[in-house]
Amino acid sequence: MMRLTLFGTRGSLAAPGAETTRYGGNTSSVEVRESDGTVLVLDAGTGIRRLGTQIPPSTARVDILLTHLHMDHIQGLGFFGPLYDPRVDVHIWGPASSTLSLEARLSRYLSPPLFPVHLRDLPRVTCHHVPRLPFDIGPFHVQTSLVCHPGPTVGYRIQSEGGAAAYLPDHEPILALRNGQWREPEWISGYDLAAGADLLIHDAQYTDEEYKQRVGWGHSSYSQTFKFAGYVGAKELVPFHHDPSHDDETLDHLLENTRLQFQPRFGVSAGEEGAVFELTSK
Amino acid sequence: MSHPIQIILTRQLAGYLSVPLFLVNPKGDLLFYNEPAEILLGRRFDETGAMPAEEWSSAFTPLDDTGEPLPPEKLPLMITLTTHRPAYRKFVICGLDGVLRPIEVASIPITGLQDEFLGAAALFWELSQ
Repeated sequence: MMRLTLFGTRGSLAAPGAETTRYGGNTSSVEVRESDGTVLVLDAGTGIRRLGTQIPPSTARVDILLTHLHMDHIQGLGFFGPLYDPRVDVHIWGPASSTLSLEARLSRYLSPPLFPVHLRDLPRVTCHHVPRLPFDIGPFHVQTSLVCHPGPTVGYRIQSEGGAAAYLPDHEPILALRNGQWREPEWISGYDLAAGADLLIHDAQYTDEEYKQRVGWGHSSYSQTFKFAGYVGAKELVPFHHDPSHDDETLDHLLENTRLQFQPRFGVSAGEEGAVFELTSK
Repeated sequence: MSHPIQIILTRQLAGYLSVPLFLVNPKGDLLFYNEPAEILLGRRFDETGAMPAEEWSSAFTPLDDTGEPLPPEKLPLMITLTTHRPAYRKFVICGLDGVLRPIEVASIPITGLQDEFLGAAALFWELSQ
């Protein structure tokens, strides 16, 4: 069984407060756990701090899969407890740039003056560029692909015996559509990753009105995300990467209105902090 | 299987350019050309669709200054596909509409972040313009 827990669902900036208690204020971080105890962490936004406190002490290895290095996806990294535990091997995976290694790019944040501890001083951390070909981490089969978002950004498809989960938290596929048409899957950013996924966690940062003012910023509106999920044949959609200006009430309305508008054949679950999804082979 | 994002975005960029652009994959198969290129090539992309390299390289008949056919290996795009380096040449093209047009062509490799060769794009310019 694959179990996914949302520890951070917010995009761009943490947004704690009374008005965001259900959807949460922490930025992107998702735990993926298999029955044998293997743990993957998707992104290292501020949600990773609490995620780190939930990892059993007996865990010897944790793999952190970064989609990209925008601040809302790495800000919590230095507060991830297992990084400082000499008994735990931490492997950090992320996209390459054309000039700097992942370690060098992460060190720009994990070093003074932005952070007191150097990445190189952490006990058992190994950085990897995500390979172009699929790879395995324990029982997980991991597929990656660069997707439509400013700067090197990957999406992930995680497959195990339990099922397949696709994670595309920052994604603007509509930008690459020809004449705005959802057709020709080979030309749809992220299609291979999301096709037929049992669970699709996908960027839904904006309303349609907001999107018009933010074209090219790398994010999707709720309705675009519903269209993407329908086109790829996802079985369940979790709108994710909520705009920091959207409070719980706004997000409830967005979800319900979009659901009513599209009446999707796939399931839709609110991307609330603390939400748990279990994928079990049937 | 989806095209690499660099190819997807190149097609998107081409759609917003007035410069004719012709996009191929690493094997040289035609993936896309934009509306300005349709005028030079004499047919809409929606009519031709994607084409194997051997098909398009003979369909759009390239000729040298003397009117002799140019072998495929002398075409900038084919040079780029072979060498993974930019290439440039002036020649005459006979489009699918049968019209001869003198053009210059610059081709560039599309190389990914880890130096993987993903395809090539050729930018055209009609010399009579």
